[in-house]
Formats: sequence, C-alpha cells, structure tokens
Amino acid sequence: MNRVPLEGKVLNENTRVAAELRDRFREHRVLAVNLISSPGSGKTTLLEKTLETLPADSRVAVLTGDLQTENDANRLKRYGFPVRQITTGGTCHLDARMIEKHIADWDLGQLDLLIIENVGNLVCPSSYDLGEAAKIVLLSVTEGEDKPLKYPSIFFKSELMVLTKTDLLPYVPFDADAAIANARRVHPAMQVIKVSCLAGDGLREWMNWLQQRKHAFHAELSQPA
Amino acid sequence: MHEMGIANSILEGVAAELRRRPGSRATKVGVRIGELAGVDPDALSFAFEALTLDTPLAGLVLDVEYRTVRSHCRECNREFEVRNFELSCPACGGSNTERISGDELEFAYLELEDMESAKPESADRASAESQPEDSEVRKNEPCAAGRKSPE
Repeated sequence: MNRVPLEGKVLNENTRVAAELRDRFREHRVLAVNLISSPGSGKTTLLEKTLETLPADSRVAVLTGDLQTENDANRLKRYGFPVRQITTGGTCHLDARMIEKHIADWDLGQLDLLIIENVGNLVCPSSYDLGEAAKIVLLSVTEGEDKPLKYPSIFFKSELMVLTKTDLLPYVPFDADAAIANARRVHPAMQVIKVSCLAGDGLREWMNWLQQRKHAFHAELSQPA
Repeated sequence: MHEMGIANSILEGVAAELRRRPGSRATKVGVRIGELAGVDPDALSFAFEALTLDTPLAGLVLDVEYRTVRSHCRECNREFEVRNFELSCPACGGSNTERISGDELEFAYLELEDMESAKPESADRASAESQPEDSEVRKNEPCAAGRKSPE
C-alpha cells in the first residue's frame, strides 16, 4: 500500500471554469453578483424593483436559475433588459459551467452589471463559485433570525445581507437586530441593507450599494496586479 | 443536499489520478472538509457509497477529515478553535482575530495498491475506461440522492 498526496479543491472543474469566467468579467469590466437565499425570500421581487428603477440605458443583464419553468425570466423580461432563464432540471444550485453556457452568445463588452439569481437554496449554492465578484445573501423577516447560525456557510461567504420584507416586521415575531448580530457573528464584516420591495424602503440604499460596488470593482481593476 | 455532486467530483479526481498511475488501484481517498463548507459528511459518505456501488471503484473508502473553524489572535498570537461562532480569543479576550481554517473542501491523499495484489479484472476496469464515462453521465446529478447509476 502506498499513500500519495492529492492536491487541489474537490470542485476542481467548477473552480477552473469559474476562474475563466472571472477573468472574462474582469476583462470586460462586468460586475457579476450572485444572489442567494431560501426559496421565497424575495430574490425575484428585488430584481424586479432593481430593473424597474434602473435607467433604460443601463448595461445590465440577468441570469435566473430555477429547477423548472421560465416564470422568473418572464417576470423579469418586461423591463427590457437581457434576461435568460437557466433551468437546472433538478440540480439545486447553479454551477460555473451553466453560467458559461448561458452567456456564450452575449457580448460582455455591452454590459456593466450581470446579476445572477441562484436557485432558491441556502446551502448548496454556497459551494459553487460562479466567477462572481460578490455573493449577496437575502434573508426575509418571515424566516428565523437564527438562520445565519444554522446555515453559516453562505453568510460566511457573502459580503452583503439584504433583509427583505421589512414591511411585515410589525406582524411577525422577528428580531431584526438579533438576525443582523447573528450574521455578524458568522461574518463580522457583513454589510446589511433592510429592504421592503412593497413599501419601497431601502431600495435606494440597495441601488446605491450596487453602484458603489461597481466603482469599487473598477478601482480594483485599475490597481496594478 | 448537493453531496451527490461533490461525491462525484471526488470520484472524478480519483479517476484522474489513476489515469496518471497505470497499474495502481485506489483503496482509500482522503478529503478535508471544513465546518463552513456547507457539506454534510454523513450525506457525503452515503452519496459516495451509492455512486461507487457495483462500479469498479466499489469498496473505495472515503476518509473525511472534518475541520472545525480555527482562528488566530493577532493580539496574543495564539491559535484557537472557534466554538459557537464566538470569535474573541479565549485566552486574552481580544477581538482582533482572523479565521485560518474551516471552509476547506479539498483533496488530501489517495491510497493505492499495485494491481498484482488486486483482482486483475476489477483493477483493470478501475484504471481508465469505465470511470470517466460513468462520471460524464453523472455530471448533472441532482443533489438529492435520487437517481441510480446508469448501468
């Protein structure tokens, strides 16, 4: 018997494709963000509000992942920006290969921002790098405030937590401060934005965050390697 | 439950290594998995067994080294295990700490034996031909331990 060291990440192939995507996004100065949450936390609604608010000449595109149906893409297409549905046919997360395939005929030179809406799932998407610059986790106030402690992986890897459905706070026993404190226990540098897509609260802050993140991304690109 | 896909990636890694080492048969593969990797070791072992069953790699042992979250205190220079997301240093109470491990999802080692000591037929099949083909078919496996292997 003979033991040899094995190098590398288990998700080697995904990591390789994600690195290629990241290079392409950087080359074309496209900020790619990966939105992750449980099903029903409001990813698509936040995207609807985002696309509705953006000026018509914005250079933005959306990839939206689900197990089945084109429903989300149909919801998002009416804002006039390029939107493409990725149906995974059962797989509970997007992987880098799916992104590569679905942007193959898009001219990245025409884009500033690519928003990827992952499959609704708080666990599996956290393991798959999609070449994005930032992961964003959504947590709705109808979920438990201890979600960050129960599912630490995604909170650990996300730089922003969007607390959604805050208009429901008067009606649900959800302690927003505790939820934020829990997220920061897992990830001390976590940024937080509270949003109500129905009432409009926090949407300006969210749009500003995207804008500033894009500036930070461009600043990072102009740094010498 | 994406452990099926991860188990499959481990098997692809093993198959790739075996292609580089003709004449060897794999008996055990070691991986390191961090508490923050979002992978359940039991579900992974279950998936691994299900995927190798009745294949040339049947009997291949998966050794999971589970890594807890560890941090380093910049104030007193100690290393400590982070329990229950308590990030402050247990020795000096300092909060200027940095995480040094806990999100691993990586290969560690592969144990091999020469073909002569293995059954020649099964070792032969394990080496090159059937494995990559199997992996290809299973690439888009749903995460839940649903589908059976194609053969």
